[in-house]
Amino acid sequence: MTSLNLLALVSIGYVAILFSVAFWADRMALRGRGAWFMGSPLIYTLSLSIYCTAWTFYGAVGYAARSGMEYVTIYLGPTLVMIGWWWGLRKLVRVGRSQRISSIADLLSARYGKSNVLAISVTVLAVVGVTPYIALQLQSITLSVSIFAEADPTRSYNEAGTVFWIATGLACFAILFGTRNLNANERHHGVVMAVAMEAVVKLVALLAVGIFVVWGLAGGVDAALTRIDQSPIGQWQVQGGRWVAITFVAAAAFVCLPRMFQVMVVENEDERHLRTAAWAFPLYLLLISIFVVPIAALGLELLPEGANPDLFVLTLPLSQGQNGLAMLSFLGGFSSATSMVIVAAMSLSTMVSNHIVMPIWLRSTGAFGGASVSGDVRTVVLMARRFSIAAVMALGYAYYQISGGGAALAAIGLISFSGISQILPALVGGLFWRGATRAGALAGLAVGFGLWAYTLLLPEVAGGLFSTQMLEHGPFGLSWLRPQALFGVEGLDPIVHCVLWSMSLNVAAFCIVSVISFPSPLERLQGVQFVHVFDHSAGPGGWTGSVAQSEDLMVMSQRILGPEEAQAFFQRALDRQGGPGPLPEPTPEFLEQLERELSSSIGAAAAHAMIGQIVSGAAVSVEDLLAVADESAQLLEYSSRLEAQSQELSRTARKLRETNQKLTQLSEQKDAFLSQVSHELRTPMTSVRAFSEILRDQPDLSDADQRKYASIIHDEALRLTRLLNDLLDLSVLESGEVTLNQSRRGLSEVLDHALASALAGADRKLLVHRDATAEAMIELDTDVDRLAQVFINLIANAQKYCDADRPELRIDVSQAVDALHIDLRDNGTGIPAEFQGVIFEKFSRVTPERAGGAGLGLAICREIMHRLGGDVAYLPGASGAAFRVTLPYMAKIEEIR
Amino acid sequence: MTGRVVLVEDEANIAEAIRFLLSREGWQVEVHGDGHDALEVIMAAAPDLVILDLMLPGKSGMEITREIREMQAFADLPILMLTARGQVKDREMAERAGVTRFMTKPFSNTEVLTAVRDLNAQAQQARGGAVAGRDPVRDAG
Repeated sequence: MTSLNLLALVSIGYVAILFSVAFWADRMALRGRGAWFMGSPLIYTLSLSIYCTAWTFYGAVGYAARSGMEYVTIYLGPTLVMIGWWWGLRKLVRVGRSQRISSIADLLSARYGKSNVLAISVTVLAVVGVTPYIALQLQSITLSVSIFAEADPTRSYNEAGTVFWIATGLACFAILFGTRNLNANERHHGVVMAVAMEAVVKLVALLAVGIFVVWGLAGGVDAALTRIDQSPIGQWQVQGGRWVAITFVAAAAFVCLPRMFQVMVVENEDERHLRTAAWAFPLYLLLISIFVVPIAALGLELLPEGANPDLFVLTLPLSQGQNGLAMLSFLGGFSSATSMVIVAAMSLSTMVSNHIVMPIWLRSTGAFGGASVSGDVRTVVLMARRFSIAAVMALGYAYYQISGGGAALAAIGLISFSGISQILPALVGGLFWRGATRAGALAGLAVGFGLWAYTLLLPEVAGGLFSTQMLEHGPFGLSWLRPQALFGVEGLDPIVHCVLWSMSLNVAAFCIVSVISFPSPLERLQGVQFVHVFDHSAGPGGWTGSVAQSEDLMVMSQRILGPEEAQAFFQRALDRQGGPGPLPEPTPEFLEQLERELSSSIGAAAAHAMIGQIVSGAAVSVEDLLAVADESAQLLEYSSRLEAQSQELSRTARKLRETNQKLTQLSEQKDAFLSQVSHELRTPMTSVRAFSEILRDQPDLSDADQRKYASIIHDEALRLTRLLNDLLDLSVLESGEVTLNQSRRGLSEVLDHALASALAGADRKLLVHRDATAEAMIELDTDVDRLAQVFINLIANAQKYCDADRPELRIDVSQAVDALHIDLRDNGTGIPAEFQGVIFEKFSRVTPERAGGAGLGLAICREIMHRLGGDVAYLPGASGAAFRVTLPYMAKIEEIR
Repeated sequence: MTGRVVLVEDEANIAEAIRFLLSREGWQVEVHGDGHDALEVIMAAAPDLVILDLMLPGKSGMEITREIREMQAFADLPILMLTARGQVKDREMAERAGVTRFMTKPFSNTEVLTAVRDLNAQAQQARGGAVAGRDPVRDAG
């Protein structure tokens, strides 16, 4: 009998070997050695064997003891996938590498437009699906230990404590070798090596037990076959439905299980390894399953009734006193359990930390973007992974504690498998159907997982949740909703029932929603990248550099940098490398320098993409493409901004030029005006000064002369005053600061007043003709004083300038549609045609100076009339000088309103 | 020493003042108010001095000056120009056109008289050198 102490010693020794193998492999990988061994297809194939967990090791025998040959389906699924669908796996591996996929959640997220929702969903579902499975492994170890404990009464066996310490140890291992550093490719050589070693251990252990059973106990192959026929196993009927369903579920789980994805895709060194694995892994499965039936048959025959068939692998050798073999068998089961738990915890933690913890951390710290490459974030990611591993292990442990380890191992395994396989439609659809969309994937997953939970997980595992009544009559008495007889489909095995409904509705929802929903641009791009991954990604061996690549790089660099600069750059690199030439080797340092050099010309993203294309032949990834597009968009926006600015500038320049022109014009006008004003002021002042000096200096002047000169001074002073008044008036009118005093008065009254003012003190008689009837009808509502000023000016002009012998002025009133016309005509010769255009300009004068006006009168008239909303114009073609004053009816109309 | 002066000025009051001042000095003043036929008046009068307003109806003082200078007989005729426009460029233009003295309105009577005396003296000095013997006849006239 093996004592528990020895068992513990052996276990610890085995774990120590496991640690050292992993440690050694990591060291070798770090130094870049041992690649021939670690990177061999054999190791890859062996690492795939984590598919065979404790469930396979112990459970398959139990399965066979309970259900006959049906256990074969568990191996048939993966075998069919490896042999019949290796091309699909190759595509999966290629996509995984070209997209730098870290987990199955990452893969689905990447395929469907980097959807975080999808990643979180898959992560949660994986955790839900895999946690019972981890618990299962822990349970198997406890069970196996308990076998030895039963046989060793010298020590009390603390089951809970054992599980706790095992779980802690496995978590430590996963943390130690799964999160040592952050590799871009997420490969873990140490873990893979340890897993491969455990694969050998469990195969050897099972083969050894099998050989012992067949040749040691049964007495040869023939005898063994006879005994099998006699056992209950020989009488089991093959249930077609269950066979198909379980084979399918096993195949799906083989592809979709997070830990399988981890070793098959993420840890894959070279996709050519799949070629080896396609025959080697089925062979492994064959070897590991070949002795299951004999062990089961002899266990049933030799061991007492009621012995747990799940532990025949252990109890059979023990019952025969084969302690060494039992120990080996124990180690095989231990290996199966530990390798699965380690890789499962690692892969789940990657998903949990990448898709749940990191997004939350990044959002909460606002560190999105800039800090993504800093060491700070790397530490956080590693910490997140470690905590996630601990959390996953804790969950498994908790589940184990709560469930109490009751259900049969195989049952839990199948439930877990059928849950995980719900990912398959979205995965396969994403790889082969460009039309698959995020919404479709989400819909399929939701429907599939919902149905799985409703029809299988909850009734089977958490049986207490559903009452018997509900199982038999459906929720709320709706019989068609009975969890295990959905839509009235009765009499099916629960597994078959679940797979049938969940898978068919999953696929249906996925396809229908994909067809009716619309993919985002990123989804479209990624869809092309996934479905046509072989068209634009490198085959195996594309990563090694060659001189031919240097030539390609040279050609590309010349195109971007220009021939001389590119040649100089390559020459410098060659000198640094000291190689034979003529071109430098495409070493990583050189490529990095070149990328930096190019990125200054074409942008970092474009440079990275172009070098990547040549060196690796790798597809330009969607990130690269998007980054290039981003850069171009930024450039485009920048240039259009520049263009807009330059347009704005030229617009401003034009405006400034125009303004300047206007200012220059105004300045010239102002100069001319000032010069005119100066002239108009100087002239009367000259007379005033001259005559006042004469009066002062000439005492002998006659009285008549004195009076004459004094009156000249007086006249000129008046002229000055008038001029200044006019100037002020004009300035007020032109600046618009004039205030109009609207009032109501008859036209005839205004004209009476104007005539009286204009003709007062006139030395020459002016005969005025008026139309009293018409005038009487007009009532004005305007600034009548200003209007009178206009009339006074015009009448005074007639009085002064009319050259007729008997000057006459005729004032006519007429009404047009919208305005009132008041025409003033004299009987003189009128204003010569050449002056008619300028008479309303300031300082314009038609007649010689003698009349004493400064030439501002008509300008003032026009300003006033404009202010009143009307106009004053010269009427050409009349016999004498004729002016028309136009007044709008506006004021009147407003008042009527 | 004084002689005949033609005064072309459209401002009647200013013309009257200058006429008054110069007559007291012994000048024979002929006033003309229009630029148009000023040259004919000057040619007919053959004055010893011309006083021109710059801004005249019909023809500007500047043009009249140029026309005067174009005639050989009047090459040395002193021309005093009066203007109410006091800009520097006017003075420069006037000097280029051949104006002997330029004066801005308003001026004091003394200024005008001094200018006329100066111009007359200069002219006589020039003539004294060139055509000796004519002066006594003039003085007697």
